[in-house]
Amino acid sequence: MSSDQFQTGRLTQFRELLERSDAALVLTAMAAFYLLFLGVGAILNYDVAGLISILGQVTFFTAVYALIVLALNLHWGYAGLFNIGIAGFMAVGVYTMAMLTAPPTGSPPGLGLPIAVGIVGGMLAAALVGLVTALPALRLRADYLAIVTVAISEIIRLTYNSPAFSTFTLPGGIALGTGGASGIGNFPSNPVRAIYYVDPSSAASGTTPIGAAVFGFFEAVFGVVRSAVIVDLTYGLVLAVVVFLVYTLLARVGNSPFGRVLKAIREDEVVAKSLGKDTNRFKIKTFMLGCALMGLAGVLWQGFGTGAVYPQAFRPELTFYIFIAVIIGGAGSNTGSVLGGAVFANLLFLLPQYLPTMIEQTFSIQANPNNFIAAVGPIAAGEIAPLLGYILNQRLPALRFVFVGVLLVYLMQNRPEGLLGHRTETAAAVDLSEGHTPGGQTGTDLTAPDEGGVDNE
Amino acid sequence: MKEVSTMSSESAADSIGEDPAVDTAGDGDEDPPLRVENLRKEFGGITAVDGASFTVADESLTGLIGPNGAGKSTTFNCITGVHEPTDGAVYFNGTDIAGLAPNVIANRGLVRTFQIARELAEMTVLENLMLAPQRQQGEALYRSILPPFRDGVIEEETELREAVWESLEFFEIDHLAEEQAGNLSGGQRKLLELARALMTDPDMLLLDEPFAGVNPTLETKLLDRINQLRAEEGLTFLLVEHDMDIIMEHCDPVIVMHQGHVLAEGRPEEIRNNERVVDAYFGEQQ
Amino acid sequence: MELYARGQQLLRDQPGLVVVAVAAMLLVGDLFGKLLGGGLTAARFGGFVWDGLVIGLLIGLAGIGLSLTYSILGFANFAHGDYISWGAFSGWAVAYLLAGIDRYAAGGLLLIGAGDGPAPGDVGVSITNTPGSILAGLVVAVGFTIGVSLLVDRLVYRPIREADGITLLIASIGVAFVLRYLIVFFFYSGRQGVTDISRVPSYDIGGVVINAHELTIVAIALALMVGVHLLLQRSKLGKAMRAMADNRDLAQVTGIPVEGVIRTTWILGGGLAGAAGYLVVLTQGTIAYDLGWLLLLLIFAAVIMGGIGSVYGAIVGGLVIGLASRLSLIWLTGDLSSFAEPVAFGLMIFVLLFRPEGIFGGVSTA
Repeated sequence: MSSDQFQTGRLTQFRELLERSDAALVLTAMAAFYLLFLGVGAILNYDVAGLISILGQVTFFTAVYALIVLALNLHWGYAGLFNIGIAGFMAVGVYTMAMLTAPPTGSPPGLGLPIAVGIVGGMLAAALVGLVTALPALRLRADYLAIVTVAISEIIRLTYNSPAFSTFTLPGGIALGTGGASGIGNFPSNPVRAIYYVDPSSAASGTTPIGAAVFGFFEAVFGVVRSAVIVDLTYGLVLAVVVFLVYTLLARVGNSPFGRVLKAIREDEVVAKSLGKDTNRFKIKTFMLGCALMGLAGVLWQGFGTGAVYPQAFRPELTFYIFIAVIIGGAGSNTGSVLGGAVFANLLFLLPQYLPTMIEQTFSIQANPNNFIAAVGPIAAGEIAPLLGYILNQRLPALRFVFVGVLLVYLMQNRPEGLLGHRTETAAAVDLSEGHTPGGQTGTDLTAPDEGGVDNE
Repeated sequence: MKEVSTMSSESAADSIGEDPAVDTAGDGDEDPPLRVENLRKEFGGITAVDGASFTVADESLTGLIGPNGAGKSTTFNCITGVHEPTDGAVYFNGTDIAGLAPNVIANRGLVRTFQIARELAEMTVLENLMLAPQRQQGEALYRSILPPFRDGVIEEETELREAVWESLEFFEIDHLAEEQAGNLSGGQRKLLELARALMTDPDMLLLDEPFAGVNPTLETKLLDRINQLRAEEGLTFLLVEHDMDIIMEHCDPVIVMHQGHVLAEGRPEEIRNNERVVDAYFGEQQ
Repeated sequence: MELYARGQQLLRDQPGLVVVAVAAMLLVGDLFGKLLGGGLTAARFGGFVWDGLVIGLLIGLAGIGLSLTYSILGFANFAHGDYISWGAFSGWAVAYLLAGIDRYAAGGLLLIGAGDGPAPGDVGVSITNTPGSILAGLVVAVGFTIGVSLLVDRLVYRPIREADGITLLIASIGVAFVLRYLIVFFFYSGRQGVTDISRVPSYDIGGVVINAHELTIVAIALALMVGVHLLLQRSKLGKAMRAMADNRDLAQVTGIPVEGVIRTTWILGGGLAGAAGYLVVLTQGTIAYDLGWLLLLLIFAAVIMGGIGSVYGAIVGGLVIGLASRLSLIWLTGDLSSFAEPVAFGLMIFVLLFRPEGIFGGVSTA
């Protein structure tokens, strides 16, 4: 056997592993993204702290996108609920959290409750708004549900944006507020900071024993003195754990009699009803659970991730990003959702932010015209640099949206089942094929080469 | 009309060609499983069902026939809650179920199949059948996700799995168990749908053209199953069918619908010789 | 007695409708109270009504196309708002160019003041100052948007004509992204002044101040609506469109040239959307890449209210939405005035919940 054959053999084995094991698939994809962005950091001549920072970003955005895409997949992929009000439900989660936990003395004032209460409260509030939406709206056709949910999401955003509730007083005389257009800046500090700092709200307060040990380790081994990048990376890893927990939860929902009914509803609701399933109850429960997870994603992303919350972060564009991510992954599959979220976060969101600097460093483009005519005018004289400069320095974010739109159209025309293919996950709490006292089935080991062969009748 | 429609269960019983095991004598004073009274259904200005009344006797295999557009499928839809009747009553085991939601009606033991088989195409045959049993504890969300309850769900799933495999073998489609239901042939889908309806453990089944597109061998097999279920488990069947041979050979009594109401009702030979029925059919065909 | 029984029936069948009707009656009563009691001057009230009519006509104009494509092609076109934006940008680029070419370089004018282009006050575009350029801009807005909608149909929707409504809806979201951010690519992402407001004459009619641009909008919008009416009622194509809106499959069977009707639908809908976008800038005085997107939900509200597929319903729905959003300001005073838009969205949700076929009945273009 030549080494070539050996190589392809190994490759086939690896591909089979990826097809069999979702965990291997996700880990491989993440490894690829980490490598990619380490490469980006290397091109940009980042030091070790910079590299850790970029890995922290990759982890953070992958995790938050995976989280919110998983929640949407529960709605759309599992139950066929075409909810395009995601941004609104995220806003309810993070705003409720902020209003519950912000200090009463701040501006706008909050209730000063513990963070845990805030997180649970945010999820409950999002679930309740979901219930109010779902009770009447789930009777509607899918396209009407879409229009209603996007309208509700805009009503939510405009309400938080309105000066009317910037600060207001509850009946008991307790002051509370949304901060209006400028939002809530005194968001509680990320709980991860409490691991490292004596006072989580201030890095200058001194380090905890764990903080001292970890920071000391990174300083001694990598020479990293910026503790913030380590805190961010830690938060990213915490989020990865959250994603794993939510994934497990949703896998349980899917692999159960409950998930089986959802699958049936998505395919043919009349059949599900005719078999005695109260489909509205299933849909309402699913909608509420998904909304609660969207609220959680809002808290973990726009809340702790950004450290502040403001209404403009919840424009409908955000909803459409999530949709693109779930479509890339293929609606209906949890693993696909995580991968779709990772692909969108890294390749369509994060990478374009580094692209201009990378290209400029490599090709040293100086031109920076501030309008289109000034950019294309010089082409007549054979100069392409102004156009490139215009694209890179002025209009790359816009082109990214154009690309995202083209991708969406391409997917709808060619791969409506998702870029990563349609993966089917059996909806049952046990392995269904097992219960059979096997007749011709035991021999499969011997007949394995005949792949995909239908059993003899 | 009324007199005709209260057909006694005895006459239904003694017409069953095969096994005399069906004994309905004791049920004489009970409510019949299904009684439809003056059912009306209008769509916009069109009246699809116009005052239909009939009764289905316990453990019978009652046939429902009529020319195209006679209102048979609409009647089915009104009985099973897919459509809300404009007027009239539907009594199932003595209680009025008209206007109830389809799932509530199914919960009470009245289950139907569809004229065009509605298998859940992207679910496997196994999943299709696992879906059907009613009141599964795992259908409660918290039981499906919370650890202490999940064990009970798994236990129940294991039991259901046994029953599903038994059913698949019973219908001889166990070799298709892992197949997506959408890949099945027309006849296999009809079998799947009947198997699925039976997994709900119903008291009565409404079958809408279950033999359309089914080859004769399968057809005989299905009819045998139906008669077996009547005899052994006391199920009642109401059957819409276009194939007159099946109706005349297996169903008793036969109800004929025409232009939204019941035109005639009786034993197959009575129906065959009923002039109004003949007129209705030939009037339609010219 | 008869009336009482019917009232009971209505309460049972349509409880939501009854609640809405009662609420509406209370508001009307309160309105009269305010007008008679002096809490609201007639002039202020007239001003709200006029503003509502102007924006309502524009929403109705844009809504005609959305309504027709929704019923004839079977999907909610989320890119419709961005057709409107392209109408505004293409039209105003030309209007700017014609108005200022004697004094400024063509480049800055064509980009409507992008980069270091001339400021609106210097170019001095207004209906009284440069009527020719404004009308030319309107023609270009209509023509260009027709071109865009036909091109998009050819590239995006036609290959998946038979796909389900949700697939097409998602594709239209992709189209919306492309169109919207191409505007940003060529022009800019901020909001910029366009018309020279200082030179627009205004007239005081019984205390209600009406300016020449608003009058222009009303005149053009009404003329276009009458044109659409004549086209639909008199021409053979109009009949075919109505037939297709009612029942696409049936129309196909009866030999109506489906693709031809679809093309006409896009020409009509795209052209009207372009005109509406162009005219919106005339009343707002500013232009922004997302102006159509911001209007889209209001247009959806109008179309749903009027009944999907109905041209006249879209017009009436537009007027209702326009008036409701402006008249709500009678009650939503001070900080609450930011709720004028949510009120319109709320109205739409109510209609969807309690009368999904629209206030003016089911699908019918007549």
